[in-house]
Amino acid sequence: MDLELMINSFPKLLSAAAITLKLLTVSLIIGLFIGLFFAILRINKNKLISKLAYGYSYVFRGTPLLVQIFIIYFGLGQIEYLRSTILWAILKEPYWCAIIAFALNTGAYTSEILRSAFQTIKPGIIEAGKSLGISNKVIFFKIQIPIAIRQSLPAYGNEIILMMKGTSLASTVTIMDLTGVAKYIISTTFKPIEVFIVAGGIYLLMTFIIHNVIKFLEKKYSY
Amino acid sequence: MNIFKKTIFSVLLSLLVIGNVNADKIRIGTEGAYPPWNSKNEAGKLIGFEVELAYTLCRYIGQQCVIVEQDWDGMIPALIMRKFDAIMAGMSITAERQKAISFSQGYADEVASLAVMKGSSLEGLDTSAGINLTKPNAAAKKDLKTLTAALAGKTVCVQTATIHQNFLDSGDVGKVNVRTYKTQDEVNLDLASGRCDAALAAAVAFSDYAEKSGKPVVLTGPTFSGGAFGNGVGVGIRKDDTELLKKFNAAINKARKNGDISRIATKWFGFDASM
Repeated sequence: MDLELMINSFPKLLSAAAITLKLLTVSLIIGLFIGLFFAILRINKNKLISKLAYGYSYVFRGTPLLVQIFIIYFGLGQIEYLRSTILWAILKEPYWCAIIAFALNTGAYTSEILRSAFQTIKPGIIEAGKSLGISNKVIFFKIQIPIAIRQSLPAYGNEIILMMKGTSLASTVTIMDLTGVAKYIISTTFKPIEVFIVAGGIYLLMTFIIHNVIKFLEKKYSY
Repeated sequence: MNIFKKTIFSVLLSLLVIGNVNADKIRIGTEGAYPPWNSKNEAGKLIGFEVELAYTLCRYIGQQCVIVEQDWDGMIPALIMRKFDAIMAGMSITAERQKAISFSQGYADEVASLAVMKGSSLEGLDTSAGINLTKPNAAAKKDLKTLTAALAGKTVCVQTATIHQNFLDSGDVGKVNVRTYKTQDEVNLDLASGRCDAALAAAVAFSDYAEKSGKPVVLTGPTFSGGAFGNGVGVGIRKDDTELLKKFNAAINKARKNGDISRIATKWFGFDASM
Protein backbone atom coordinates (compact mmCIF):
# COMPACT_ATOMS: atom_id res chain seq x y z
CA MET A 1 0.00 0.00 0.00
CA ASP A 2 1.38 3.34 -1.08
CA LEU A 3 -0.09 5.69 1.51
CA GLU A 4 1.75 8.70 0.16
CA LEU A 5 0.14 8.22 -3.27
CA MET A 6 -3.29 7.93 -1.62
CA ILE A 7 -2.78 11.21 0.26
CA ASN A 8 -1.34 12.98 -2.78
CA SER A 9 -4.11 11.88 -5.11
CA PHE A 10 -6.90 12.83 -2.70
CA PRO A 11 -7.10 16.58 -3.54
CA LYS A 12 -6.96 15.86 -7.31
CA LEU A 13 -9.75 13.31 -6.98
CA LEU A 14 -11.81 15.60 -4.79
CA SER A 15 -11.75 18.39 -7.38
CA ALA A 16 -12.70 15.82 -10.03
CA ALA A 17 -15.67 14.87 -7.84
CA ALA A 18 -16.97 18.38 -8.52
CA ILE A 19 -17.24 17.45 -12.22
CA THR A 20 -19.09 14.28 -11.22
CA LEU A 21 -21.54 16.28 -9.10
CA LYS A 22 -22.04 18.78 -11.92
CA LEU A 23 -22.81 15.99 -14.41
CA LEU A 24 -25.20 14.46 -11.86
CA THR A 25 -27.03 17.68 -11.02
CA VAL A 26 -27.53 18.84 -14.60
CA SER A 27 -28.71 15.45 -15.82
CA LEU A 28 -31.03 14.98 -12.84
CA ILE A 29 -32.70 18.35 -13.40
CA ILE A 30 -33.22 17.71 -17.13
CA GLY A 31 -34.17 14.10 -16.36
CA LEU A 32 -36.79 15.18 -13.84
CA PHE A 33 -38.57 17.30 -16.46
CA ILE A 34 -38.35 14.49 -19.01
CA GLY A 35 -39.60 12.03 -16.38
CA LEU A 36 -42.54 14.21 -15.35
CA PHE A 37 -43.48 14.80 -18.98
CA PHE A 38 -43.49 11.09 -19.83
CA ALA A 39 -45.21 10.13 -16.56
CA ILE A 40 -48.10 12.45 -17.49
CA LEU A 41 -48.22 10.86 -20.95
CA ARG A 42 -48.21 7.41 -19.34
CA ILE A 43 -51.36 8.10 -17.30
CA ASN A 44 -53.08 9.63 -20.33
CA LYS A 45 -56.31 7.84 -21.25
CA ASN A 46 -55.31 7.78 -24.93
CA LYS A 47 -53.78 4.31 -25.44
CA LEU A 48 -51.44 5.39 -28.24
CA ILE A 49 -49.90 8.24 -26.24
CA SER A 50 -49.49 6.04 -23.18
CA LYS A 51 -47.91 3.26 -25.29
CA LEU A 52 -45.45 5.70 -26.85
CA ALA A 53 -44.36 6.92 -23.42
CA TYR A 54 -44.01 3.31 -22.30
CA GLY A 55 -41.87 2.59 -25.37
CA TYR A 56 -39.42 5.31 -24.39
CA SER A 57 -39.02 4.07 -20.84
CA TYR A 58 -38.83 0.47 -22.05
CA VAL A 59 -35.94 1.21 -24.42
CA PHE A 60 -33.91 3.30 -21.99
CA ARG A 61 -34.46 1.02 -19.01
CA GLY A 62 -33.86 -2.08 -21.08
CA THR A 63 -30.42 -1.20 -22.46
CA PRO A 64 -27.16 -0.59 -20.58
CA LEU A 65 -26.23 3.02 -19.90
CA LEU A 66 -22.78 2.38 -21.38
CA VAL A 67 -24.35 1.32 -24.68
CA GLN A 68 -26.52 4.44 -24.67
CA ILE A 69 -23.50 6.70 -24.14
CA PHE A 70 -21.55 4.94 -26.89
CA ILE A 71 -24.44 5.23 -29.35
CA ILE A 72 -24.87 8.93 -28.62
CA TYR A 73 -21.14 9.75 -28.56
CA PHE A 74 -19.44 7.45 -31.06
CA GLY A 75 -22.55 6.36 -32.98
CA LEU A 76 -24.03 9.76 -33.80
CA GLY A 77 -20.51 11.07 -34.49
CA GLN A 78 -20.27 8.71 -37.44
CA ILE A 79 -23.30 10.13 -39.24
CA GLU A 80 -21.84 12.57 -41.71
CA TYR A 81 -25.11 14.40 -42.31
CA LEU A 82 -25.43 15.19 -38.60
CA ARG A 83 -22.02 16.80 -38.56
CA SER A 84 -23.17 19.44 -41.01
CA THR A 85 -26.18 20.43 -38.89
CA ILE A 86 -26.40 22.84 -35.97
CA LEU A 87 -26.88 19.83 -33.64
CA TRP A 88 -23.20 19.00 -34.06
CA ALA A 89 -22.25 22.03 -31.93
CA ILE A 90 -23.75 20.14 -28.98
CA LEU A 91 -22.94 16.57 -30.00
CA LYS A 92 -19.32 17.50 -30.66
CA GLU A 93 -18.77 18.04 -26.95
CA PRO A 94 -18.26 14.90 -24.83
CA TYR A 95 -19.81 16.74 -21.89
CA TRP A 96 -23.16 17.30 -23.61
CA CYS A 97 -23.23 13.78 -25.06
CA ALA A 98 -22.87 12.43 -21.53
CA ILE A 99 -25.57 14.79 -20.21
CA ILE A 100 -27.98 13.74 -22.99
CA ALA A 101 -27.40 10.05 -22.28
CA PHE A 102 -27.70 10.45 -18.51
CA ALA A 103 -30.78 12.68 -18.71
CA LEU A 104 -32.60 10.31 -21.10
CA ASN A 105 -31.68 7.35 -18.92
CA THR A 106 -32.69 8.84 -15.59
CA GLY A 107 -35.75 10.38 -17.29
CA ALA A 108 -36.97 6.90 -18.19
CA TYR A 109 -36.63 5.62 -14.63
CA THR A 110 -38.10 8.82 -13.17
CA SER A 111 -41.13 8.54 -15.45
CA GLU A 112 -41.82 5.06 -14.07
CA ILE A 113 -41.33 6.20 -10.48
CA LEU A 114 -43.69 9.15 -10.94
CA ARG A 115 -46.24 7.11 -12.87
CA SER A 116 -46.58 4.58 -10.08
CA ALA A 117 -46.77 7.45 -7.57
CA PHE A 118 -49.61 9.07 -9.55
CA GLN A 119 -51.45 5.79 -9.70
CA THR A 120 -51.28 5.22 -5.96
CA ILE A 121 -53.18 8.47 -5.29
CA LYS A 122 -56.60 7.42 -4.05
CA PRO A 123 -59.40 8.52 -6.45
CA GLY A 124 -61.30 9.82 -3.41
CA ILE A 125 -58.79 12.64 -2.94
CA ILE A 126 -59.28 13.87 -6.50
CA GLU A 127 -63.06 13.47 -6.21
CA ALA A 128 -63.01 15.48 -3.00
CA GLY A 129 -61.27 18.29 -4.84
CA LYS A 130 -63.78 18.13 -7.68
CA SER A 131 -66.73 18.21 -5.30
CA LEU A 132 -65.32 21.45 -3.91
CA GLY A 133 -65.39 22.89 -7.41
CA ILE A 134 -61.61 23.07 -7.81
CA SER A 135 -60.50 23.06 -11.46
CA ASN A 136 -58.73 20.04 -12.93
CA LYS A 137 -55.57 22.09 -13.45
CA VAL A 138 -55.40 23.18 -9.83
CA ILE A 139 -56.15 19.62 -8.65
CA PHE A 140 -53.26 18.36 -10.77
CA PHE A 141 -50.67 20.92 -9.70
CA LYS A 142 -51.73 21.47 -6.10
CA ILE A 143 -52.92 18.00 -5.10
CA GLN A 144 -51.68 15.27 -7.43
CA ILE A 145 -48.12 16.49 -8.01
CA PRO A 146 -47.25 17.21 -4.33
CA ILE A 147 -48.59 13.82 -3.25
CA ALA A 148 -46.81 12.05 -6.11
CA ILE A 149 -43.50 13.72 -5.22
CA ARG A 150 -43.79 12.69 -1.60
CA GLN A 151 -44.75 9.15 -2.62
CA SER A 152 -41.81 8.82 -4.96
CA LEU A 153 -39.11 10.24 -2.68
CA PRO A 154 -37.70 6.89 -1.44
CA ALA A 155 -37.56 5.40 -4.95
CA TYR A 156 -36.22 8.63 -6.41
CA GLY A 157 -33.49 8.74 -3.75
CA ASN A 158 -32.34 5.34 -4.98
CA GLU A 159 -32.40 6.62 -8.54
CA ILE A 160 -30.18 9.58 -7.62
CA ILE A 161 -27.63 7.24 -6.05
CA LEU A 162 -27.73 4.87 -9.04
CA MET A 163 -27.28 7.82 -11.38
CA MET A 164 -24.39 9.18 -9.30
CA LYS A 165 -22.60 5.88 -9.78
CA GLY A 166 -23.64 5.84 -13.43
CA THR A 167 -21.81 9.10 -14.09
CA SER A 168 -18.55 7.17 -13.77
CA LEU A 169 -19.25 6.04 -17.36
CA ALA A 170 -18.58 9.61 -18.49
CA SER A 171 -14.91 8.71 -18.29
CA THR A 172 -15.40 6.37 -21.27
CA VAL A 173 -16.06 9.39 -23.48
CA THR A 174 -12.95 11.28 -22.37
CA ILE A 175 -14.55 13.31 -19.56
CA MET A 176 -12.24 13.83 -16.61
CA ASP A 177 -14.72 13.08 -13.85
CA LEU A 178 -13.80 11.27 -10.62
CA THR A 179 -13.26 7.95 -12.42
CA GLY A 180 -11.53 9.64 -15.34
CA VAL A 181 -8.98 11.37 -13.12
CA ALA A 182 -8.49 8.17 -11.10
CA LYS A 183 -7.66 6.34 -14.34
CA TYR A 184 -5.33 9.16 -15.35
CA ILE A 185 -3.40 8.94 -12.07
CA ILE A 186 -3.17 5.17 -12.48
CA SER A 187 -1.82 5.61 -16.01
CA THR A 188 1.27 7.33 -14.62
CA THR A 189 1.69 5.49 -11.29
CA PHE A 190 0.49 1.97 -12.28
CA LYS A 191 -1.10 1.56 -8.83
CA PRO A 192 -4.82 0.95 -9.34
CA ILE A 193 -5.67 -0.38 -5.89
CA GLU A 194 -4.59 2.70 -3.95
CA VAL A 195 -6.17 5.20 -6.33
CA PHE A 196 -9.46 3.31 -6.75
CA ILE A 197 -9.78 2.94 -2.96
CA VAL A 198 -9.58 6.72 -2.56
CA ALA A 199 -11.97 7.28 -5.49
CA GLY A 200 -14.37 4.65 -4.10
CA GLY A 201 -14.24 6.38 -0.72
CA ILE A 202 -15.27 9.68 -2.30
CA TYR A 203 -18.17 7.99 -4.12
CA LEU A 204 -19.23 6.46 -0.81
CA LEU A 205 -19.12 9.85 0.86
CA MET A 206 -21.35 11.32 -1.85
CA THR A 207 -23.81 8.43 -1.46
CA PHE A 208 -23.85 9.04 2.29
CA ILE A 209 -24.72 12.71 1.81
CA ILE A 210 -27.42 12.07 -0.83
CA HIS A 211 -28.94 9.31 1.30
CA ASN A 212 -29.22 11.56 4.33
CA VAL A 213 -30.64 14.51 2.41
CA ILE A 214 -33.38 12.25 1.02
CA LYS A 215 -34.05 10.83 4.48
CA PHE A 216 -34.39 14.34 5.85
CA LEU A 217 -36.83 15.30 3.08
CA GLU A 218 -38.88 12.17 3.66
CA LYS A 219 -39.25 13.07 7.33
CA LYS A 220 -40.03 16.70 6.60
CA TYR A 221 -42.78 15.89 4.13
CA SER A 222 -44.25 12.87 5.87
CA TYR A 223 -47.89 13.01 6.66
CA MET B 1 -8.96 -49.48 -3.55
CA ASN B 2 -12.39 -49.56 -5.12
CA ILE B 3 -13.13 -48.13 -8.52
CA PHE B 4 -14.65 -44.95 -7.09
CA LYS B 5 -11.53 -44.05 -5.14
CA LYS B 6 -9.40 -44.90 -8.14
CA THR B 7 -11.33 -42.52 -10.33
CA ILE B 8 -11.05 -39.67 -7.85
CA PHE B 9 -7.37 -40.33 -7.39
CA SER B 10 -6.64 -40.31 -11.10
CA VAL B 11 -8.70 -37.16 -11.65
CA LEU B 12 -6.82 -35.38 -8.89
CA LEU B 13 -3.52 -36.60 -10.25
CA SER B 14 -4.33 -35.39 -13.74
CA LEU B 15 -5.39 -32.01 -12.36
CA LEU B 16 -2.03 -31.80 -10.64
CA VAL B 17 -0.24 -32.61 -13.88
CA ILE B 18 -2.32 -30.11 -15.87
CA GLY B 19 -1.58 -27.49 -13.22
CA ASN B 20 2.11 -28.10 -13.61
CA VAL B 21 1.96 -27.92 -17.38
CA ASN B 22 0.25 -24.54 -17.12
CA ALA B 23 2.79 -23.31 -14.62
CA ASP B 24 5.53 -24.06 -17.14
CA LYS B 25 3.94 -21.93 -19.79
CA ILE B 26 4.97 -18.31 -20.15
CA ARG B 27 1.90 -16.10 -20.16
CA ILE B 28 2.30 -13.06 -22.39
CA GLY B 29 -0.09 -10.13 -22.17
CA THR B 30 -1.08 -8.14 -25.25
CA GLU B 31 -3.80 -5.64 -26.10
CA GLY B 32 -5.11 -6.98 -29.39
CA ALA B 33 -6.20 -3.51 -30.51
CA TYR B 34 -3.11 -1.79 -31.90
CA PRO B 35 -2.51 -2.96 -35.44
CA PRO B 36 -0.13 -3.83 -36.92
CA TRP B 37 1.63 -4.48 -33.58
CA ASN B 38 -1.15 -6.63 -32.20
CA SER B 39 -4.82 -6.96 -33.12
CA LYS B 40 -7.59 -9.45 -33.67
CA ASN B 41 -8.90 -10.94 -36.88
CA GLU B 42 -12.61 -11.31 -37.67
CA ALA B 43 -12.73 -14.64 -35.88
CA GLY B 44 -11.50 -12.94 -32.69
CA LYS B 45 -8.09 -14.60 -32.86
CA LEU B 46 -5.09 -12.55 -31.76
CA ILE B 47 -2.78 -11.71 -34.66
CA GLY B 48 -0.08 -9.21 -35.49
CA PHE B 49 3.66 -8.65 -35.38
CA GLU B 50 4.00 -9.22 -31.66
CA VAL B 51 1.80 -12.31 -31.55
CA GLU B 52 3.94 -13.99 -34.20
CA LEU B 53 7.14 -12.74 -32.59
CA ALA B 54 6.03 -13.98 -29.16
CA TYR B 55 5.65 -17.55 -30.42
CA THR B 56 9.02 -17.29 -32.17
CA LEU B 57 10.77 -16.06 -29.02
CA CYS B 58 9.13 -18.82 -26.98
CA ARG B 59 10.50 -21.39 -29.42
CA TYR B 60 14.02 -20.01 -28.78
CA ILE B 61 13.40 -20.04 -25.02
CA GLY B 62 12.15 -23.62 -25.34
CA GLN B 63 8.97 -23.08 -23.37
CA GLN B 64 5.33 -23.00 -24.38
CA CYS B 65 3.50 -19.69 -24.39
CA VAL B 66 -0.05 -18.58 -23.94
CA ILE B 67 -1.08 -15.13 -25.10
CA VAL B 68 -3.44 -13.32 -22.80
CA GLU B 69 -5.59 -10.38 -23.80
CA GLN B 70 -5.57 -7.33 -21.54
CA ASP B 71 -6.92 -3.79 -21.88
CA TRP B 72 -4.11 -1.32 -22.44
CA ASP B 73 -4.82 0.90 -19.43
CA GLY B 74 -4.48 -2.06 -17.06
CA MET B 75 -1.47 -3.64 -18.75
CA ILE B 76 1.29 -2.82 -16.24
CA PRO B 77 -0.88 -3.34 -13.12
CA ALA B 78 -1.95 -6.74 -14.51
CA LEU B 79 1.70 -7.75 -15.01
CA ILE B 80 2.57 -6.70 -11.46
CA MET B 81 -0.44 -8.62 -10.12
CA ARG B 82 0.78 -11.75 -11.96
CA LYS B 83 -2.12 -12.09 -14.39
CA PHE B 84 0.67 -12.83 -16.87
CA ASP B 85 4.47 -12.90 -16.91
CA ALA B 86 5.47 -10.64 -19.79
CA ILE B 87 4.06 -7.75 -21.84
CA MET B 88 4.40 -7.64 -25.62
CA ALA B 89 2.01 -4.88 -26.58
CA GLY B 90 3.88 -2.25 -28.54
CA MET B 91 5.06 -0.88 -25.22
CA SER B 92 7.95 1.56 -25.57
CA ILE B 93 10.78 1.49 -23.06
CA THR B 94 10.51 4.72 -21.05
CA ALA B 95 12.07 5.91 -17.80
CA GLU B 96 8.62 6.33 -16.25
CA ARG B 97 7.60 2.73 -16.91
CA GLN B 98 11.00 1.46 -15.80
CA LYS B 99 10.19 2.71 -12.30
CA ALA B 100 7.49 0.04 -12.18
CA ILE B 101 8.76 -2.83 -14.36
CA SER B 102 11.85 -4.05 -16.25
CA PHE B 103 12.22 -4.19 -20.00
CA SER B 104 14.13 -6.55 -22.23
CA GLN B 105 16.28 -5.04 -24.95
CA GLY B 106 14.20 -3.43 -27.67
CA TYR B 107 12.98 -5.65 -30.49
CA ALA B 108 11.33 -3.05 -32.70
CA ASP B 109 10.98 0.65 -33.06
CA GLU B 110 8.97 2.99 -35.16
CA VAL B 111 8.17 6.62 -35.06
CA ALA B 112 5.19 8.53 -33.75
CA SER B 113 3.38 11.16 -35.77
CA LEU B 114 0.51 13.60 -35.65
CA ALA B 115 -2.41 12.88 -37.93
CA VAL B 116 -5.20 15.13 -39.16
CA MET B 117 -8.07 14.85 -41.60
CA LYS B 118 -7.36 15.96 -45.16
CA GLY B 119 -8.10 19.64 -45.58
CA SER B 120 -7.29 20.54 -41.98
CA SER B 121 -5.46 23.81 -41.29
CA LEU B 122 -2.81 21.67 -39.57
CA GLU B 123 -2.02 19.80 -42.79
CA GLY B 124 1.41 20.37 -44.33
CA LEU B 125 3.15 22.04 -41.39
CA ASP B 126 6.52 23.56 -42.22
CA THR B 127 8.76 21.19 -40.26
CA SER B 128 11.57 18.74 -40.89
CA ALA B 129 10.75 15.13 -41.72
CA GLY B 130 11.66 13.74 -38.33
CA ILE B 131 13.06 14.85 -34.99
CA ASN B 132 14.78 13.02 -32.14
CA LEU B 133 13.96 14.38 -28.71
CA THR B 134 16.69 12.66 -26.72
CA LYS B 135 19.12 15.47 -27.48
CA PRO B 136 17.08 17.90 -29.55
CA ASN B 137 19.20 19.79 -32.09
CA ALA B 138 18.46 23.26 -33.45
CA ALA B 139 16.12 21.94 -36.15
CA ALA B 140 14.17 19.90 -33.58
CA LYS B 141 13.81 22.91 -31.29
CA LYS B 142 12.57 25.01 -34.18
CA ASP B 143 10.02 22.30 -35.08
CA LEU B 144 8.74 22.16 -31.50
CA LYS B 145 8.21 25.93 -31.65
CA THR B 146 6.31 25.63 -34.93
CA LEU B 147 4.14 22.88 -33.38
CA THR B 148 3.53 24.90 -30.21
CA ALA B 149 2.18 27.79 -32.29
CA ALA B 150 0.11 25.53 -34.55
CA LEU B 151 -1.42 23.43 -31.76
CA ALA B 152 -2.25 26.28 -29.34
CA GLY B 153 -5.84 25.81 -28.18
CA LYS B 154 -6.34 22.73 -30.37
CA THR B 155 -7.72 19.41 -29.18
CA VAL B 156 -5.22 16.58 -29.64
CA CYS B 157 -6.43 13.03 -29.02
CA VAL B 158 -4.31 10.15 -27.74
CA GLN B 159 -4.74 6.72 -26.21
CA THR B 160 -4.45 6.83 -22.43
CA ALA B 161 -1.22 5.85 -20.64
CA THR B 162 0.89 6.05 -23.81
CA ILE B 163 4.15 7.76 -24.69
CA HIS B 164 2.02 10.03 -26.85
CA GLN B 165 0.05 11.22 -23.85
CA ASN B 166 3.29 11.66 -21.87
CA PHE B 167 4.74 13.80 -24.64
CA LEU B 168 1.73 16.13 -24.79
CA ASP B 169 1.63 16.34 -20.98
CA SER B 170 5.35 17.21 -20.89
CA GLY B 171 4.63 20.68 -22.26
CA ASP B 172 7.16 20.42 -25.12
CA VAL B 173 4.49 21.69 -27.48
CA GLY B 174 2.90 24.12 -25.05
CA LYS B 175 -0.61 23.97 -23.71
CA VAL B 176 -2.75 21.75 -25.87
CA ASN B 177 -6.16 20.39 -24.97
CA VAL B 178 -5.34 16.68 -24.52
CA ARG B 179 -8.18 14.17 -24.77
CA THR B 180 -7.49 10.57 -23.76
CA TYR B 181 -9.22 7.42 -24.99
CA LYS B 182 -9.21 3.80 -23.86
CA THR B 183 -8.25 2.42 -27.26
CA GLN B 184 -6.61 3.66 -30.46
CA ASP B 185 -9.82 2.67 -32.30
CA GLU B 186 -11.72 5.30 -30.37
CA VAL B 187 -9.03 7.89 -31.12
CA ASN B 188 -9.40 7.10 -34.84
CA LEU B 189 -13.20 7.37 -34.68
CA ASP B 190 -13.10 10.80 -33.05
CA LEU B 191 -10.38 12.03 -35.40
CA ALA B 192 -12.61 11.07 -38.33
CA SER B 193 -15.73 12.60 -36.74
CA GLY B 194 -13.94 15.92 -36.29
CA ARG B 195 -14.03 16.01 -32.48
CA CYS B 196 -10.23 15.96 -32.48
CA ASP B 197 -8.26 18.62 -34.35
CA ALA B 198 -5.34 16.19 -34.47
CA ALA B 199 -4.31 12.84 -33.02
CA LEU B 200 -0.92 11.52 -31.95
CA ALA B 201 0.10 7.85 -32.12
CA ALA B 202 2.45 5.48 -33.91
CA ALA B 203 2.57 6.57 -37.55
CA VAL B 204 1.69 3.04 -38.67
CA ALA B 205 -1.45 3.05 -36.50
CA PHE B 206 -2.81 5.91 -38.65
CA SER B 207 -1.72 4.53 -42.00
CA ASP B 208 -3.26 1.19 -41.03
CA TYR B 209 -6.53 2.93 -40.13
CA ALA B 210 -6.53 5.07 -43.28
CA GLU B 211 -5.99 2.00 -45.42
CA LYS B 212 -8.68 -0.15 -43.74
CA SER B 213 -11.36 2.52 -43.30
CA GLY B 214 -10.74 4.51 -46.47
CA LYS B 215 -10.96 7.71 -44.41
CA PRO B 216 -8.77 10.63 -45.58
CA VAL B 217 -6.41 10.58 -42.60
CA VAL B 218 -3.03 12.18 -43.34
CA LEU B 219 0.16 12.51 -41.31
CA THR B 220 1.45 15.97 -40.56
CA GLY B 221 4.46 17.58 -38.89
CA PRO B 222 7.69 15.74 -38.11
CA THR B 223 7.89 12.14 -36.96
CA PHE B 224 8.97 11.82 -33.31
CA SER B 225 11.45 9.55 -31.58
CA GLY B 226 13.58 9.57 -28.44
CA GLY B 227 12.89 11.58 -25.29
CA ALA B 228 9.37 11.03 -24.02
CA PHE B 229 8.88 8.58 -26.89
CA GLY B 230 11.27 6.11 -25.31
CA ASN B 231 13.89 3.86 -26.78
CA GLY B 232 12.13 1.26 -28.83
CA VAL B 233 9.62 -1.39 -27.89
CA GLY B 234 10.66 -4.20 -25.56
CA VAL B 235 9.22 -7.04 -23.50
CA GLY B 236 7.91 -5.80 -20.15
CA ILE B 237 8.76 -8.09 -17.25
CA ARG B 238 8.29 -7.89 -13.47
CA LYS B 239 11.32 -6.43 -11.70
CA ASP B 240 11.88 -9.52 -9.51
CA ASP B 241 11.67 -11.89 -12.49
CA THR B 242 15.32 -11.56 -13.57
CA GLU B 243 15.40 -15.16 -14.78
CA LEU B 244 12.72 -14.56 -17.39
CA LEU B 245 14.34 -11.26 -18.41
CA LYS B 246 17.57 -13.11 -19.22
CA LYS B 247 15.67 -15.73 -21.23
CA PHE B 248 13.91 -13.08 -23.32
CA ASN B 249 17.10 -11.10 -23.93
CA ALA B 250 18.88 -14.25 -25.13
CA ALA B 251 15.92 -15.21 -27.32
CA ILE B 252 15.75 -11.74 -28.88
CA ASN B 253 19.51 -11.94 -29.66
CA LYS B 254 19.06 -15.27 -31.41
CA ALA B 255 15.94 -14.20 -33.29
CA ARG B 256 17.67 -11.05 -34.46
CA LYS B 257 20.76 -12.91 -35.60
CA ASN B 258 18.71 -15.39 -37.57
CA GLY B 259 16.76 -12.58 -39.22
CA ASP B 260 13.45 -13.65 -37.66
CA ILE B 261 12.54 -10.27 -36.17
CA SER B 262 13.22 -8.36 -39.34
CA ARG B 263 11.33 -10.95 -41.42
CA ILE B 264 8.24 -10.83 -39.18
CA ALA B 265 8.41 -7.02 -38.90
CA THR B 266 8.54 -6.60 -42.67
CA LYS B 267 5.60 -8.93 -43.05
CA TRP B 268 3.35 -6.90 -40.70
CA PHE B 269 4.60 -3.32 -41.06
CA GLY B 270 5.50 -3.32 -44.72
CA PHE B 271 9.00 -2.13 -43.74
CA ASP B 272 11.70 -3.40 -41.41
CA ALA B 273 10.80 -1.97 -38.00
CA SER B 274 13.10 -4.36 -36.11
CA MET B 275 15.94 -3.18 -33.92
